[in-house]
Amino acid sequence: MAARSGRDDSTETSQQGPIIAPGHSFETVTDRIAGIVLRRHAPVGWWVGFLIGFALLQLMLVSIGWLLIKGTGIWGVNNPVGWGFAIINFVWWIGIGHAGTLISAILLLLRQKWRTSINRFAEAMTLFAVACAGIFPLLHVGRPWLGYWLFPYPNTMGMWPNFRSPLIWDVFAVSTYATVSLLFWFIGLIPDFATLRDRSRNRAGQMIYGMLAMGWRGSARHWHRYETAYLLLAGLSTPLVVSVHTIVSFDFATSLVPGWHATIFPPYFVAGAIFAGFAMVLVLAIPLRKFYDLEDFVTLRHLDNMARVMLATGLFVCYGYMTEAFMAFYGANPYEGYMMLNRFVGPYAPLYWALIFCNAVSIQALWFERVRATPAALFVIAIIVSIGMWLERFVIVVTSLHRDYLPSSWGMYAPTVWDWGLFIGTMGLFMSLLFLFIRFMPMISIFEMRTLLPEADVEEHED
Amino acid sequence: MSDEKRIYGLMAEFTSPKALLEGVRETCARGYRKIDAFSPFPIEGLAEEMGFTHNRLPLLVLIGGIFGLVGGYGLAYWTSVIDYPLNVGGRPFHSWPAFLPITFETTVLFAALTAVLGMLALNGLPEPHHPVFNLERFALASRDRFFLLIEASDLLFEERGARRFLEGLDVERVSEVEL
Repeated sequence: MAARSGRDDSTETSQQGPIIAPGHSFETVTDRIAGIVLRRHAPVGWWVGFLIGFALLQLMLVSIGWLLIKGTGIWGVNNPVGWGFAIINFVWWIGIGHAGTLISAILLLLRQKWRTSINRFAEAMTLFAVACAGIFPLLHVGRPWLGYWLFPYPNTMGMWPNFRSPLIWDVFAVSTYATVSLLFWFIGLIPDFATLRDRSRNRAGQMIYGMLAMGWRGSARHWHRYETAYLLLAGLSTPLVVSVHTIVSFDFATSLVPGWHATIFPPYFVAGAIFAGFAMVLVLAIPLRKFYDLEDFVTLRHLDNMARVMLATGLFVCYGYMTEAFMAFYGANPYEGYMMLNRFVGPYAPLYWALIFCNAVSIQALWFERVRATPAALFVIAIIVSIGMWLERFVIVVTSLHRDYLPSSWGMYAPTVWDWGLFIGTMGLFMSLLFLFIRFMPMISIFEMRTLLPEADVEEHED
Repeated sequence: MSDEKRIYGLMAEFTSPKALLEGVRETCARGYRKIDAFSPFPIEGLAEEMGFTHNRLPLLVLIGGIFGLVGGYGLAYWTSVIDYPLNVGGRPFHSWPAFLPITFETTVLFAALTAVLGMLALNGLPEPHHPVFNLERFALASRDRFFLLIEASDLLFEERGARRFLEGLDVERVSEVEL
């Protein structure tokens, strides 16, 4: 097994380093991770982080409240740019979620054992990012209280949604993705809830974790079906995660707007999603492992692997940028050519070049092992990439719409304070949920960490 | 069956997964059938040792997926072709390529729901109480200990004999599980 040979290796390069520090046993792994949840008082740092998130969450609520009172006119969207921040932020958030599913599903199928210590919080990140993403299109429809019209249900109007519309595909894709991510996350938590139930000292904890564990007792027959279900879910999530951002890209690609109507969009969006997602996992993992003393479980090897995935997907994305530019001119369509020229030197050109710097130039540092082994450097690059991916969505949405076919209807787009309020507010929602999660649920899968220990191996000396 | 007090079974406690696997092997070889093993993480081959080889879950998930596939496509077809045909630029009502994304999503959705709900249902969960929880040390089954249970309802079960047999294994201790 790759994981095992990795642990035995004593050379201290980050790639060959251990995926779990030596000296741990079933007890220490369990007590260490469960202890973070079961301790009586949250550390001060937790309160600071949670309260910042909670304050920003109030900003979101105010932004939504004012929007419901006044309507979408308080946003910067208008003709010709009708898609503004709502769609930019939707695509950005949903892309971030993709790394969680990739880590939990695809790396499981590829038997990448190092995924174990990062999959739980990456899955949580997915769920919370999808929750943030969902807010935007719902509010963008203008009358969100009628949002249920998007779902096919028999109604007195005698109407059905148009199943040929990518916007309806989006509804199905995002709601399926949210549901399956929730199932995947919850099923992974069941055995750990049982651990918390058995380890909790107070009645409330025992009751609540007991209910969530649903009477899990670790029976061999249960584990057998559990593992089957987990593997099947991984197999189902793998094409699902690819389909979600593909369908999101169809929102653009099936239109006739210059810069959007391109066949490169689905793979380019999926790669961009994974790229942005891994950046966000690094942004979260680096401080978490430091403040919660989890360096034994989230080792330099994990950071190195994630940096490699980020570099690889970043290069896919760069290839996407090059193809986009090449096809715009090679296609000999004057509107496409102008769109690209407008990105290079038009009014939004600084944003385009900033995105190229963030997503194409900054990641080149990841070729160096020294950089990949320095958490602080990785953290900075991951932040830059997160900003870069947001800029990418801004450039795609705005530069294509603000100058399309008729120069007489060209215009400019600028977000208003309410656009920013809602966007920053959703970061508050994300942070609040994330801090609640690390306080009340094990942020690393305890039972899977146990399987990584050498004592867990029953096969080696079998015969 | 024991004559004194009624018990649910006898529980042997092991300290390593290897010892548990070996214990299960010997218990099965001895002829006990109503046994169960408990561990804090899945152990490969353990369920198979106990004769659990027929897992119906994959079939259920396949059925769930087919239901989602037919249901999703059927919904799109019925609404767009039969109940509410919408003429978009003269394109055919049965524009099947446009129905595929939703068909795919409903397939995955129903298969995934079946996988999780099916796993829980086949395992008999949620099950708020089970006699094994009467044993105080069983709380360690979710931490670092491994347990093997012989139920009292097993045809071969006779308390003294079963206890002597279990104590002969590589166990930490053997305890009664009250009913």
